Amino acid sequence: MPRITYIQPDGTEQCVEVADGVSVMHAALASGVSGILAECGGAASCATCHVYVDAAFSERVGPCGEDEDAMLDCTASARTSLSRLSCQIEMSDELDGLIVHLPEAQA
Amino acid sequence: MSGVVIVGAGQAAAQAALSLRDGGYQAPVTLVGEESEQPYQRPPLSKAYMLGKADEAALRVRQPDLYAAQDIRVVTGERVEAIDRASRRVSLACGGELAYDHLILATGARNRALPVRGADLDGVFMLRTLEDARRLRARLTTARRAVVVGAGFIGLEFAAVAAKSGCAVEVIEAAERVMARAVSPFMSVFFAQAHRDMGVVFHFAEGVLAITGADGEAAEVHTTSGRRVAADLVVVGIGVIPNVELAEAAGLATGNGICTDADLLTSDPSISAIGDCASSPSPFADGPVRIESVQNATDQARAVARRLCGRPAPYGAVPWFWSDQGAHKLQIAGLGRPDDETLVLGDPSTGRFSVCRFHRGRLACVESVNRAADHMAMRKLLQSGGTPSMEVVATPGFDLKAFVAALPTAA
Ligand SMILES: Cc1cc2nc3c(=O)[nH]c(=O)nc-3n(C[C@H](O)[C@H](O)[C@H](O)COP(=O)(O)OP(=O)(O)OC[C@H]3O[C@@H](n4cnc5c(N)ncnc54)[C@H](O)[C@@H]3O)c2cc1C
Ligand code: FES
Repeated sequence: MPRITYIQPDGTEQCVEVADGVSVMHAALASGVSGILAECGGAASCATCHVYVDAAFSERVGPCGEDEDAMLDCTASARTSLSRLSCQIEMSDELDGLIVHLPEAQA
Repeated sequence: MSGVVIVGAGQAAAQAALSLRDGGYQAPVTLVGEESEQPYQRPPLSKAYMLGKADEAALRVRQPDLYAAQDIRVVTGERVEAIDRASRRVSLACGGELAYDHLILATGARNRALPVRGADLDGVFMLRTLEDARRLRARLTTARRAVVVGAGFIGLEFAAVAAKSGCAVEVIEAAERVMARAVSPFMSVFFAQAHRDMGVVFHFAEGVLAITGADGEAAEVHTTSGRRVAADLVVVGIGVIPNVELAEAAGLATGNGICTDADLLTSDPSISAIGDCASSPSPFADGPVRIESVQNATDQARAVARRLCGRPAPYGAVPWFWSDQGAHKLQIAGLGRPDDETLVLGDPSTGRFSVCRFHRGRLACVESVNRAADHMAMRKLLQSGGTPSMEVVATPGFDLKAFVAALPTAA
């Protein structure tokens, strides 16, 4: 099962194991990682599941879709080239070990 | 200090409690919810959860232990029976009482029942709670013929899921078009066709007279035009009724919801109302509105929490909404009115377009299908207070995002 490490703005790390196909957002909610609100439940409509993908993984995660791109224009913490909506990243063995950084604010 | 008591433990209630703590509120915060669940999100019930793509843990607004960590008391499976405004206490069904300095009513809404014979047969469902969704999802695994009564958001979202899971789906709707109360006629036409393409059959301008069954199980839906539609699963989605009775019995002003002022205070300054149960003035509507959306629930919760933390500001958040139906994502920013003039951006035949709705010459609402850029631009535009004219929007190649980016006020 692929693993994800979430790093809070204060540096706290949490590593969770998830089933294939689960989104980085759902994995965080299901395992008690704070800092992701996900008010739209994963519909790419609220931009409150914003994360910064660790630079080491940005290529493997790939670029975001057009609609996700538009939503990322409205995140509460500043958007960077590493910004993604965590509900739009599905875990797979290829992404095993993924590191994401949580923003200061989601809303 | 008795602190804040919140009636309800849904999305609005949970957000209010969390925002109170975020804002530095120190006194006790207690949520009392009738359902036996920790606060959860309802939107996935008719979408990812119904499709089997999200499990129950993923529906929680927060992990349950987070409330305790924030010193928020969540009482589930408990009903608030009455409010004693004079002594500022609420009484609970279990017999206990809770004192409050401020009371927040976040009682939500309940589904309108279908008032016909047979509505209580096995196989007839409504969809509001996680418990409803659990039972419906289990039933869907064996159902072959689903009838959906009411072509609103929830009925249509369910219809798309049922069609995808291999059911024959027929939708009975009393109005002439889908989502008639919420979207423009143009959008209704698009979504009706999108559902037909998924195999859904519509019967418009028809009501349900009765549901008949065999051995207590629903078998046929009888409509006002004499039609009989076979069904082994019936889902009723004909709107909701706001839960105002508690407020009403306490003598608070109610109408289509619990009436509040622009600060979300009820007619008693020690009591606020938020979310699906509240009827409040909005800078985006002509009179008081009661809005059933996550945005409304969470933004109103934040506004009340800010006020209770000493930073009052009238509620005026931009209304927005989404609905996922099959492959189509509908996003709405602003509030439409029945007599709006409309213009379309993009080519509907590509499945990506927006309907711009104008009210008295101002762009008041944008309904987007798979065009999030328009949706987000409109949210910013409404925030800024600016508007393009109809002539400008009608110009070939008009781009809402570029227009908003060029406004001095909407950074
Ligand atoms: C299937 C479904 C799909 C949806 N999809 C979307 C969507 O895609 N986008 C969107 O924006 N919105 C959607 N919504 C609407 C959204 O979920 C609601 O607007 C939101 O849940 C409102 O939150 P609330 O806290 O005001 O009310 P609720 O979530 O209804 O919570 C109120 C709670 O209070 C409890 N309660 C009531 N009276 C008492 C009492 N006297 N004592 C104790 N407890 C009490 C109720 O049992 C209930 O649990 C959907 C709703 C449903 C049902
Ligand atoms: S959960 Fe709303 S955008 Fe990801």
